[in-house]
Amino acid sequence: MDAIFSTLLTSSNQGLLWAVMAIGVYISYRILDFADLTVEGSLTSGGAIAAMIMTMSKEFVSQGAAQSIFMSIVSLLVAMIVGAFAGMITGLLNTKLKIAPILSGILTMTGLYTINMLIMGAGVGEPSNSLAFSGVNSLFAEFTKLLSIPKNYVGLIFGLLFAAAIIAVLYWFFGTEVGSAMRATGNNERMAKAQGINTERYKILGLMVSNAFVALSGALIAHWSGNASVTMGTGSIVIGLAAIIIGESIISSKFQFWATLASVAIGSIIYRIIIAFIMLAGLQAAYTNLLTAVLIVAALSIPIIKQKIKGKAKTVTVGNDNNEGIIKDANSDIVDKSQNKDDKRGD
Amino acid sequence: MLKLVNIHKTFNIGTINEKKVLKGLNLNVDEGDFITVIGGNGAGKSTMLNIIAGTYFPEEGQIEIDGINVTKKPEYKRAKLLGRVFQDPMMGTATNMEIQENLALAYRRGEPRGLSWGVTKKEKEEFKSQLKILGLGLEDRMTAKVGLLSGGQRQALTLLMATMKKPKVLLLDEHTAALDPKTAEKVLSVTEELTGMNNLTTIMITHNMKDAIRYGNRLIMMNEGNIIYDVRGEEKKNLTVAQLLDKFKIESDKMLMV
Repeated sequence: MDAIFSTLLTSSNQGLLWAVMAIGVYISYRILDFADLTVEGSLTSGGAIAAMIMTMSKEFVSQGAAQSIFMSIVSLLVAMIVGAFAGMITGLLNTKLKIAPILSGILTMTGLYTINMLIMGAGVGEPSNSLAFSGVNSLFAEFTKLLSIPKNYVGLIFGLLFAAAIIAVLYWFFGTEVGSAMRATGNNERMAKAQGINTERYKILGLMVSNAFVALSGALIAHWSGNASVTMGTGSIVIGLAAIIIGESIISSKFQFWATLASVAIGSIIYRIIIAFIMLAGLQAAYTNLLTAVLIVAALSIPIIKQKIKGKAKTVTVGNDNNEGIIKDANSDIVDKSQNKDDKRGD
Repeated sequence: MLKLVNIHKTFNIGTINEKKVLKGLNLNVDEGDFITVIGGNGAGKSTMLNIIAGTYFPEEGQIEIDGINVTKKPEYKRAKLLGRVFQDPMMGTATNMEIQENLALAYRRGEPRGLSWGVTKKEKEEFKSQLKILGLGLEDRMTAKVGLLSGGQRQALTLLMATMKKPKVLLLDEHTAALDPKTAEKVLSVTEELTGMNNLTTIMITHNMKDAIRYGNRLIMMNEGNIIYDVRGEEKKNLTVAQLLDKFKIESDKMLMV
């Protein structure tokens, strides 16, 4: 029982820290309709920058809890700025040089690999594969000491706080004029241009916001594990997609926007729980990637299978009614048709 | 109001598929004109509209809208001068967004966008009364996603979005071609109402000769990238479909013989 509870707890806080990244991926993948692979690099950048800032300000940080927390916050903010910058590069490659979205992301990610090693090696003067928070307390370690509760609970509280704050900020942002224009850009670029929206600018801006959150997530993960490594972002795009797709299969997109964002966070937690329990059952860690791929395929195939089952049922039951409907519709298409189809939400 | 001077447009320059679509096109549109445009496939009708809107840029020539030279201005910058409705009903709206959000996007055409709310309370009231003009009951479904609407409803909504900011020129690219005849008629009557109400300068491409004669005060026929027939006023009103077909045949035969 204890093992199960502690697995749930760890999965939940891990899921929430990674949810910050998944929400970032949601912005590029779902809102901008841009398959952005920058994520794999910018997540590491966030972690690398956080580790670099913490270790390089060791003397200041070790003066006390206040200094340590202050520098932790600084490290998170700088990580976001670096992430936004990475997103900007991808956006410029795509909009100004007309490089395809996937390739733009891959190019930035590839370039970041070197830059991340340089960041982590800044203290020693040569590129490094990893950087530990040696001699400094991370954000989580500091609060674990301060609140004297287990680190897992600290992770859970911070994860919840960050996820909730980000959902609230994005709910507001995508309701504004700029946010609406960004959604229109991803939804229908031609329409957006016809409405006077500078779609290139909004794509770049969207990728900046997306990667800022991805890098923030990377910084949080580095603070949690107490080190950053050049491979920490590997596979992150797939983890982000898994969270989005699992979330969507659980919570219908008919709900309000904030619920959709919350579903991404919930999807991220569920993904962690599934993986953790399969590991608990005795599977080796090496199987995680294969498992993740299978999980995503399964989640993606659910709506298609559902549709097929539904489609079959329809042709059997309402075959004749349909024909009458078509004749009726032709005469009154513009007026009725979909009046009973929607508005279930009762606005 | 709108001036096209010696417009040349060629696609796929330097390849085996090179195609000259517009060859020195000239057009002068007066304020308040409602021009219907007819012509065969490949005559350059849609290309002309896309050149005006800035979707394509000409190799040669000049475009002036309301006295402003827009030849080199990108599409999104010209948008504040123009209203557009496309042939494909999917094209003119953001289907994942609500009706009121779509209207709000159009309402901010040509205005700077900031961090204030995308749709304000006051606008919702205004949109409601505007939607009533369409007579489709959309005013009661303002928070419905546009993806749920039928093609005709979407085209009517796109029309409203295109006209609500009173554009200098309204561009309609066969906007009823994808609809069934009954729906097409309804959308055309909405078009007439909205353009008449605001006295909008309009260019409407159509494949339907009857509609071309019935609507507007001026008719132009295009062939092989040029205007081959331009008629207005009484003379246009008295045209018949048969006359128009004859004209089309004579002119295109002439082109073939040259």
